[in-house]
Amino acid sequence: MSIAWYLSVSAIVFALGAVGVMTRRNPLVVLLCLELMLNGGNLALIAFARMWGNGDGQILAVIVMTVAACEVCIGLGMIVAIYRRRLPIDVDELRELQG
Amino acid sequence: MSSVIFFIAATGVITGAIGVVLLRNPFYAVLALVVHLISLAVLFLLLRSEFVAAVQVVVYAGAVMVLYVSVAAYIGDDGETIGARLHAGPFAAFGPSGNALRLGGALLGGALLVELLIALLGTGLKAVDSFGAPYAPGPKTYGTPAYIGNLLLTRFLLVFEVASFLLLVAAVGGVVLARRRGGLGEDDPDEGRLTPVDVLMPRSTGTMAEGVGSRMP
Repeated sequence: MSIAWYLSVSAIVFALGAVGVMTRRNPLVVLLCLELMLNGGNLALIAFARMWGNGDGQILAVIVMTVAACEVCIGLGMIVAIYRRRLPIDVDELRELQG
Repeated sequence: MSSVIFFIAATGVITGAIGVVLLRNPFYAVLALVVHLISLAVLFLLLRSEFVAAVQVVVYAGAVMVLYVSVAAYIGDDGETIGARLHAGPFAAFGPSGNALRLGGALLGGALLVELLIALLGTGLKAVDSFGAPYAPGPKTYGTPAYIGNLLLTRFLLVFEVASFLLLVAAVGGVVLARRRGGLGEDDPDEGRLTPVDVLMPRSTGTMAEGVGSRMP
């Protein structure tokens, strides 16, 4: 398959992730949709790396996975902290940043 | 043959993504993301990125998804709040203003998709329509672990070290964020019990056990 097909799939996945981030209200699912957006970007990076036959894009994809793991760690820690404080787990009802 | 595998894997990728966005139960959304990730690893293999595909399956579909599943199980049914229960229905996951939000989100997502497709496919790069750069199979060629490791430890050494430090900081931050604060431990019967560790080690010495809240005063 030509590279354009892979790029189309990556664009679809990115757009689906963006829709999820905008519409879902459970922060856990919002994090999952952020993962979808990162994966769309990763697929585009890998496809472009294959297009040029150059490894730099693959290194960048691995680094993106690292940053995604960090983001999951912090995000899930925040969700657990919210749950421990008996606050609603809902991004619409968590309007205030004060503790 | 590669076209057939591509279409099967791309179907899995997009179906998994739709499942993550639409499924109401967060636990099922996590499982849909696992399907998405494994299909994506197949696409990476088709793009001759063996190492990244392996990392995708081991790190993402393995480790990160275990984190997600454990947090989804920990939070349980409270993932849907009172507001969602009041508006229970087929689209309750989208909130009280469900219809407007759904419509707006879909419109914005569609606009984003069109824009991305124009940007990606209308670039004028001729190589986009090709099958990629020439490729010769071998032990140290493009995409193998040896190739990636060589790049990571020579040209991208600084990036590698910075990423490892970032992981360390994020792990410490996760522990600090999720630890138990004082005054909220009434559901834990072991909270006030004296253990041998309390006698052997003084309080507030910054141990890992205190970090996770098991020895908070």
